[in-house]
Amino acid sequence: MILFLMRMRGILKKEALQILRDPSSIALALVMPLLLLFIFGYGVNLDAEHVPIAIVSDDRGEMAQDLIARFELSPHFELYQVKSELEAESLILSRDVDAIVRLQDDFSSQLLRGTQAPVQLIVNGIDANRARLIQGYVRNIVNNWSRMRQERGEAGAGPPVSVSQRIWFNEGAESRNFMIPGLITLIMTLIGILLTALVIAREWERGTMEAMLVTPLRRVDILLGKIIPYYILGMLGMGMSVVVAVTVFQVPFRGSITALLLLSSLFMLASLGFGLLLSAAIRIQFVAAQISIVAGFLPAFFLSGLIFDLDSTPPVIQIVSHIVPAKYFVTISHTLFMAGDIWSVLLPNGLVLAAMAVIFLGLAYRKISKRLEG
Amino acid sequence: MTDAQINDDQGTKADAQEQAILSAECVCKEFAVKGKPPVQALQDISLHALKGRVTGLVGADGAGKTTLIRIAAGLLVPTSGRVTLLGLDSVADSLEIQSRIGYMPQKFGLYQDLTVIENMELYADLQGVPGAERAHRYDRLLSMTDLAKYTKRRAGALSGGMKQKLGLACALIKSPELLLLDEPTVGVDPISRRELWKIVYELVEQDNIGVFVSTAYLDEAERCSYVLVLHQGKLLAEGNPESFTGRMKDRVSLVVPAQADRPRHIYTRLVGSRGIVDATIRSGRVRVVREDTSETQLAAALDGMHAKIEPAEPNFEDAFMALIPQTEGHFQVGRGEGEGAGKMQGSNDDIVVNTRELCKLFGDFQAVKKLSFSVNRGEIFGLLGPNGAGKSTTFRMLCGLLPATSGEISVAGHNLLRSGAKARARLGYMAQQFSLYGQLSTLENLSFFGKVYGLSGKRLKQRINWAFDEFGLGQWRDKAAFALPGGYKQRLAMAAALLHEPDILFLDEPTSGVDPFARREFWLRINSFAEQGVTVVVTTHFMEEAEYCDRMLIMSQGETLAMGTPAEIRDLVRSPQNPRPTMDDAFIGLAEGTVDKTSIAAGTAGNEEMAQGDLS
Repeated sequence: MILFLMRMRGILKKEALQILRDPSSIALALVMPLLLLFIFGYGVNLDAEHVPIAIVSDDRGEMAQDLIARFELSPHFELYQVKSELEAESLILSRDVDAIVRLQDDFSSQLLRGTQAPVQLIVNGIDANRARLIQGYVRNIVNNWSRMRQERGEAGAGPPVSVSQRIWFNEGAESRNFMIPGLITLIMTLIGILLTALVIAREWERGTMEAMLVTPLRRVDILLGKIIPYYILGMLGMGMSVVVAVTVFQVPFRGSITALLLLSSLFMLASLGFGLLLSAAIRIQFVAAQISIVAGFLPAFFLSGLIFDLDSTPPVIQIVSHIVPAKYFVTISHTLFMAGDIWSVLLPNGLVLAAMAVIFLGLAYRKISKRLEG
Repeated sequence: MTDAQINDDQGTKADAQEQAILSAECVCKEFAVKGKPPVQALQDISLHALKGRVTGLVGADGAGKTTLIRIAAGLLVPTSGRVTLLGLDSVADSLEIQSRIGYMPQKFGLYQDLTVIENMELYADLQGVPGAERAHRYDRLLSMTDLAKYTKRRAGALSGGMKQKLGLACALIKSPELLLLDEPTVGVDPISRRELWKIVYELVEQDNIGVFVSTAYLDEAERCSYVLVLHQGKLLAEGNPESFTGRMKDRVSLVVPAQADRPRHIYTRLVGSRGIVDATIRSGRVRVVREDTSETQLAAALDGMHAKIEPAEPNFEDAFMALIPQTEGHFQVGRGEGEGAGKMQGSNDDIVVNTRELCKLFGDFQAVKKLSFSVNRGEIFGLLGPNGAGKSTTFRMLCGLLPATSGEISVAGHNLLRSGAKARARLGYMAQQFSLYGQLSTLENLSFFGKVYGLSGKRLKQRINWAFDEFGLGQWRDKAAFALPGGYKQRLAMAAALLHEPDILFLDEPTSGVDPFARREFWLRINSFAEQGVTVVVTTHFMEEAEYCDRMLIMSQGETLAMGTPAEIRDLVRSPQNPRPTMDDAFIGLAEGTVDKTSIAAGTAGNEEMAQGDLS
């Protein structure tokens, strides 16, 4: 036991000194996350604002003008008032506007008659995501307007509005609140997989691994010697990201710290296990970097629901995404930030992560060999 | 077992078996190769190493030395047969073995970011050295290795020789019963090598441990108590060093050139001649190993040259060269025929490389101090010195890769730092460690370097074909460069540096980590290029290689120790006690300051060849 502790002391001190003295691992663990946070926090904005749209109104009535004023007030739109449909069409073709809203000349009279007055919307659908957003914004404005009229009991309030659209949790519908908690997943994946794979490959390249293997180190010692320092580093990166998210980007955090620590630990261990498993087979830093990006980083980016909604992907991708640990942590992180400790969501996802951590670490332990050949 | 084995009488043999601290029984090791029959790295190896002895495993690159040591260290599992260390099986009991032996891998196994003392503490922790014993142990190891002054320096900032000694100290942290050293002296200067052997013998005598050491340096074999010669995975011969040299009696001669003839000419003539197993230049003479005791074939080969044949005392290297089968075409160098590297331009009196009062500072550290020398066209000029002497720094300044702090440099009339690609195109540079693209094949590497130097189309094709012929690289054409044996990597690197037919060649440590065959071949090739008018500037820490240079400069800690022809340098340390000094003696004498500077000046200034090489 004393010997075990002595070995652990040696190996942990070595790892710590290396991390502290090697600028590249510090950069990867602490500077890179900040960089990612700021790029995604400021640079990537999935909201549509000041979307240029053309309004064609053949109705000079008061009600039509009132609706148009609602569009003008909306921060989402930049209005072009045009005279004719032809003019509007040429604007959308030249991509000066993204959509056309058209009110027919009988708009007011239809409303007054109590029948449904159609509002025609033509959207440029090249960017499907944006098109859907615009559609939503327009529908929102029209619905709000007719509801307001109804509440005021104005003339021609018409039938009650049946479409009820509301956004939960992300009330401001700000994509930043959605991106940043997801980004923390990406940062932890980077540290867990890329950094561990890199440092182990470096030990092979420099010949230190060979010397380590010919010492009385047990396989458990080797495994723990890598898990502990990089677990700590990963959790530091996570903590830093959460602090930046809450303070700089004003992302709400509604869960508890305990749940965050517990669940992110599970995710960190699963990532580390995966990284260690990879590095058992890779002995060149360059290859380690490539493989960990392809097998670790990209799936965490694309298959985790971080950027793309998994429900709208093909079934095959959905099936594949189940083996990506990041998918579960993205869900957990979104829940913790925006909804709180909803254990009915956190528990099943946490259990999957725990199982993955056990499986990956178990495999890594089996793969670690004190010999040079696999 | 093998033809060279000495037949000890039965009594001592049985004794030896009992004392054996490491023994291998019929060990075979195969490495699987995709789509090809497996490589036989070791074939049926049986051997013993004794307690209290230094057992040397000698062989060229790829002989299987490292594989055998790794099996003993428990890093590899033999395909068949078994290795026992301290009575324990290398596979089943590897953990127990690893806590009782010391192992130093080729790359020393040091953490660059950790200081000397931190590296030692790490290994002490891993080996479970009790806290109470540590202070005493550290003291002893640090004084033994002379590292006490540097305990706070990071391992990455140590010189090669110091790294090697620290690696050794780490392997010795727990007073091992058996020490395994895998080529401990590769890439280390003669003084450090000498010190390492001193430490090893101190341990053997004081602690009575066993040492099992592999080496490609043949002179080191003579320092071992027992030698095993490994060649292409087979045990070729074994015995004590004397038994090897004894067999070479009357088969080694020295050819002493008459004043006019430079030894290089005789050497070039003799290499590969009938009946001659090996030829090298040593101390201004050509050392020749003959196939048998008769001198007639040697005399025939020397016909028409003014030279005297003298008998010589055989050494281990002679025996080794005679033992290795000569069928592999070691000396298949195209000697001077056909299209060479550069084209002769101008006469041999041109000064091609010139430096005056060259200095380089890194912060406060003076890497190069007031260096002045010049090199003539067609000359082979050697920059010699231990690791950290400033050779590579000087080189980089010459090639325009580093700016000089003060002083003048001109290469082919240009300062390469300022002049453009045109001047650079005239020189070929082979960097230390060969700087090849490991993942690219031989052909792709050549084609890449050719294009970098502006070759294309037909010309490029022609030059690549030339390289394949000249350097015998054909069989490695599509093989990734990292998978090439050391000697072939060196050939490829040199071919890449010569593709654009430079007339000045800069070679930085070209023979470091390369086995004796490849080194012989290399110098032969360099000779032939020099004879075609290519100017060669080469750095090396192998002192005996200085003999192949026309002139050389010995550096130490940035300072010029001496400059002159090999004969002049050797003369500096000639004394009644040592009437025929070697280059190593000269270097050690100069570095230790036993030769006073006035004699250097006297020795060099009187010579005509030194006219341009003003020594400050």
